[in-house]
Formats: sequence, structure tokens, C-alpha cells
Amino acid sequence: MLRYIGRRLLYMLLSLFLIITATFFLMRAAPGGPFSGEKKLPPEIEKNLNEFYGLDRPWYEQYFDYLTSIAQWDFGPSFKYKGQTVNDLINSGFPVSFFLGMEALLIAVGMGVLLGIIAALNHNKWQDYAAMIFAVLGISVPSFIMASLLQYVLAIKLGVFPVARWESFMHTILPAIALATGPTAFIARLTRSSMLEVLSNDYIRTAKAKGLSRMQITVRHAIRNALLPVVSYLGPLSAGVITGSFVIEKIFGIPGLGSHFVLSISNRDYTVIMGVTVFYSIILLAAILLVDIAYGLIDPRIKLAGGKKGE
Amino acid sequence: MEKLLEVKNLEVSFQTYGGEVQAVRGVSFHVNKGETLAIVGESGSGKSVTSQTIMRLIPMPPGKIKNGQILFNGEDLVKKTDKEMEQIRGKDIGMIFQDPMTSLNPTMKVGKQIMEVLIKHQNMSPAQAKERAIELLKLVGIPMPEKRVNQYPHEFSGGMRQRAMIAVALASNPKLLIADEPTTALDVTIQAQILELMKDLQKKMGTSIIFITHDLGVVANMADRVAVMYAGKIVEMGTVDEIFYDPRHPYTWGLLASMPSLDSDDKKELAAIPGSPPDLTNPPKGDAFAPRNPYAMRIDFEQEPPLFKISDTHYAATWLLHPDAPKVEPPEAVKKRLRKLSSNYDKPIIVKESE
Repeated sequence: MLRYIGRRLLYMLLSLFLIITATFFLMRAAPGGPFSGEKKLPPEIEKNLNEFYGLDRPWYEQYFDYLTSIAQWDFGPSFKYKGQTVNDLINSGFPVSFFLGMEALLIAVGMGVLLGIIAALNHNKWQDYAAMIFAVLGISVPSFIMASLLQYVLAIKLGVFPVARWESFMHTILPAIALATGPTAFIARLTRSSMLEVLSNDYIRTAKAKGLSRMQITVRHAIRNALLPVVSYLGPLSAGVITGSFVIEKIFGIPGLGSHFVLSISNRDYTVIMGVTVFYSIILLAAILLVDIAYGLIDPRIKLAGGKKGE
Repeated sequence: MEKLLEVKNLEVSFQTYGGEVQAVRGVSFHVNKGETLAIVGESGSGKSVTSQTIMRLIPMPPGKIKNGQILFNGEDLVKKTDKEMEQIRGKDIGMIFQDPMTSLNPTMKVGKQIMEVLIKHQNMSPAQAKERAIELLKLVGIPMPEKRVNQYPHEFSGGMRQRAMIAVALASNPKLLIADEPTTALDVTIQAQILELMKDLQKKMGTSIIFITHDLGVVANMADRVAVMYAGKIVEMGTVDEIFYDPRHPYTWGLLASMPSLDSDDKKELAAIPGSPPDLTNPPKGDAFAPRNPYAMRIDFEQEPPLFKISDTHYAATWLLHPDAPKVEPPEAVKKRLRKLSSNYDKPIIVKESE
């Protein structure tokens, strides 16, 4: 097991290196730079700025410089936010995005799995149809419409929750729900179809022939097997949700990481683009590793390569 | 002999998009205490549906018990609620399925799957149940049961899994064991071992067995009595000797003739019953077997045959037994095995008029 994780970490470093390299060169290949704007800067000032940030040096020097500083977890200064480093941005934005993301993830998994199971157990009855109508709506309604709708109904009309900003736990609920709607719907559909498939398996009939009740069959024999596809979807989902959603953060005025990511691209803020991309990649890779480990724990048939036989 | 199970005029249908499929159309039989009844027939003859209906395992809907009684120890299982059935399934009636590769839960330890039954029906504590599970694994011939009990199904071979399934089915000493083609998915050497094991356990525990199969070789080896099913009906029923040495229904003749035997040489082609079973959405008028029956008479296409009694234990539903029917010769392969049985009546007696 440890050997397996060690090997996977090695592969993660390799992927990370490839991601850094690809982003670095793609970014430089795009026309324009951090200091090209509507108003052209005087050439002397631009030269000074380029010199200050080291943009005048040959690309290979910049590239290797960047690699060494990243290895020391130093993402460099931001070009646009004067006096702030990329590390500062991540340190202030990530905890917010992480909290919001985890909350949304809990809602999505909890509600999604529950809805999916209810739908599957009542296959082709009204509960099934209701859950699936919800799922179709949840998938097709964009999150910003959902967000505005929640704000309008729950915050403005009913006054149950605050409209926006990031101050107390109450402030986190609406954005978390808005962020979770799509994934909830998707997980519900996924759980339903995989549950239906599991319920038609021979071992469910065996369980029934043992005299187990419907509840016991569902809990002991069906859910664990039905959750496998949900778990594999959880990797990319959690990475996506935890790193924040630009749209939701904008609508609710949340100081998360998502807005930095999107704005940095239009700003050509090289170090922020790089820093946030690398950071996101690390989280995505870690989430996928966690999912793979969880997979091995849920399904005994999956042997994590590197583990000894019979362990 | 005491009857453990008596099925009376059972009718089961399934509602499908294509219409109502009448899978079982008035089946009656009984199983005595400690005996083995084999139900044989080709795919789609309703033998599996019959057995699963006894356990009330068919999904309802689309399945429906339209008529009939299933008397188990004198109680009608058709009238039981789901909750009451849970107390019978696994406790009084155990079941083994066809495919051992898929009938155990892949993510649960084998021992735990046996323990479930013990905890549910014998009120054992988990520790007691585990001990008993190890005993059961030993009983069904699994070596190193202490280690095996903690393993998952994928660590077992096919034959071992079927042994584990038998351990599950027999965990709470059921009075009746239903084995739905338990050896079909296994290779021949393992088949023989599993059959030996079942016979052995039956002797030890006194369990009655309903053995569903389409393998007549297995029937000869296992059964006390045989019921031959065709198109949702029992067309002939009798003791093993009666079915093998004095078959009366042309369908049984067909089955026996298509069984390979050691003295048939390789030049002769193996006989087969031509055609395929009828569509049970619209069961044919008259005898369902008539279109495939080389001995069919005009009445076979018009009127269902009555049930004849050939001896105390031997029944067959065919017009050929009618006093007015012409005398016919069974196929060569069957004729060779015919014997005169002393228990037969002088003449077949009609017990149930045709409808």
C-alpha cells in the first residue's frame, strides 16, 4: 500500500512537471503581456518593469528560474496586484473556496445519493419521476440562474438567508446550494442507474432468498456496490468544487480563489495564472489519488498495484 | 409418506409490453419429506418460475400469481405477506442458484454472507455465527475454512463458490432446498462433486430437495421422482424408474431420445426435438407440444389432453393414452430402455378431464 502511494506520488510529480511546462509555454505563446493595456506605457517604464520582473531574460532562463522557485513553493509576485505575492492570493482565497467547496460537496453527495437510491427503489413510481425531473432541471439550469433564484426567493422575498458576502455560516448556505445543484443532480442520476443495475444482480436475489428485508438488502448488499461509479466521479468533482466556482463567487461576492483564476487570464498576470494552475493541478491529482485509494477499500476485487498478493 | 410441499393448480403470468406471458399454467405437484423431486424441461418451460414462485422471489409486478395454492407444512405461501415470507425464506426454504459466479455479493466476505442467515434466523451473536459459518464451510468441503471465511468471493473458484452457496442455503437447516440448475455453470468433474455433496448433506440433514435441471443424466443420479414440464405445464410425472423405463408422453420420449448414451456410435446423429417451445403470450389451443410432436393427432390441435394415471405415482397428459388412440411405437432409443413395471395399472385411468 505504501509502495503504491509512493509510486503514485512520483507519477503525480511527473504530471505536475508536464502541466507546468505546458502552461508556461502556452501562456507565453499567447500575444500580449501583463503590461500591454489600452493605454500604451512609455517604453522606458515598460523596459524597467520587464527588467524588474525578469521578463527581458531569455525564455529558458525564465523557465528554469520558475521551476526552481516552484520547487520551493514560491509562486512569485503578482504583476497586477502590487505588493502581493501569488502565495498571498492563494493563502487568502483558498480557505474560503475550500470551505464553500466542501459544503457543496457534502450537499451534493448526501442529497444526490439519497435521491438516486429513493428513485431506484421506487423504479417507475412517482418518487422516481419526481427525483428524475429534479435531476434534469438541476443539470440543465445553469448555476448563475440557480444562484439568482435562491437569492431572490430565500434572501430577498423570505429573508431567511443573507443575500451575499462572506461573513458567517449563514452566508455560506446559499452559495453552497447553488454550487451543489448541478453535481447533486448528476450524482442522483448516476446513483439511480447504478443502483438499478445492482438491484437486478443475482446476489440481490440471493440476499432476498436468505429472508433479508428490503432495508437490509439495500443497505448491506446494494448501496456499497452501487456507489462505485459515484466514487470515481467524486475525484474530478471535488477538485472542481473545492477550487471554487468563478460564477458563484462573483454573484455572492465571495473572496475565493475562483475569481483570481479567471481574472488573471485576461490580465495576463503570468505568475498568478501559473501559480493558480499549478495549485489546482495539485488538488486535482490529490483528489484522484484519494479516489483510487477509496476505490480499493470499497471493492476488494481491485488490488492496488504494488500491494503484495494475499494482503 | 408425509407431504412437505404441495403445489396446487399454480398459475403465474408476467405482464410485459407484448402482453401477458402465461409462464406457468396450472401446475400441481408435491414433495415428500426427505425426497428429491427433479423438475426437467427446456428453457422457457416454466421450471425456474415455478421454483421461484414457491419462494415468492418473482418480482411482482410484473409477475402475478393468478391462481393456485402453495401449501408448505399446511400453510398457503401464496397468502403470506412479504414480512411473513422473510421468516420462511432462508429459514425453512433455502435456495441455490444457477450461476455461482454472480450469486454471491462480490464486496462482502463469504463468511459474512453465511453469517447473515444465522444472525437473522437463528438469533446467533456475530461470534457464534462466525464459528458456525466455519463449521458450515467445513461441512461443504472447503479446505482451510478458518482462512476462507474471511475471503471474498473472487478468491474462490466456481465450484468453491457453489459450495459456499450451498452453505448459505443450508445454514439454518431448511426443510426444503430448491436447487435451480446448480451445476449448469460448472464443468463436469466439479458437477459430480457438487451433486455428491448435495446427496450427502441431504442424507445427513433430511432435507427435501427440488432439483431443477435440463440435464437428464443429473436427474437419474439425484432424483426420487421427476416432473417433466413443457410450456408451463407438467406433462408427465413419476418416479425415476417410471420416467426412464416407462415414459408415456411423447415429449419425454423426445428428451430421452436426445440424451447421448455410451452405446450410441458416432455415425448416428443425436436426435433432437424439432422446432422451439411455443410463445406463452398466446398459448396454442389443444396440446402445446402438438406442433413439434411427430405423434400428434388431430385432437391434439383442438383439445387439451386429459391427465392419465398409469400407476399410483405415474401421471401423463397425452391423448396417446386414451383408449381410442392408435397404438404408437416410441423412438428407437426409448424403446431400447422400456421395461415392464409391475406397479402399473392394467389400463391408464383418466383423473382429470380435459377442459
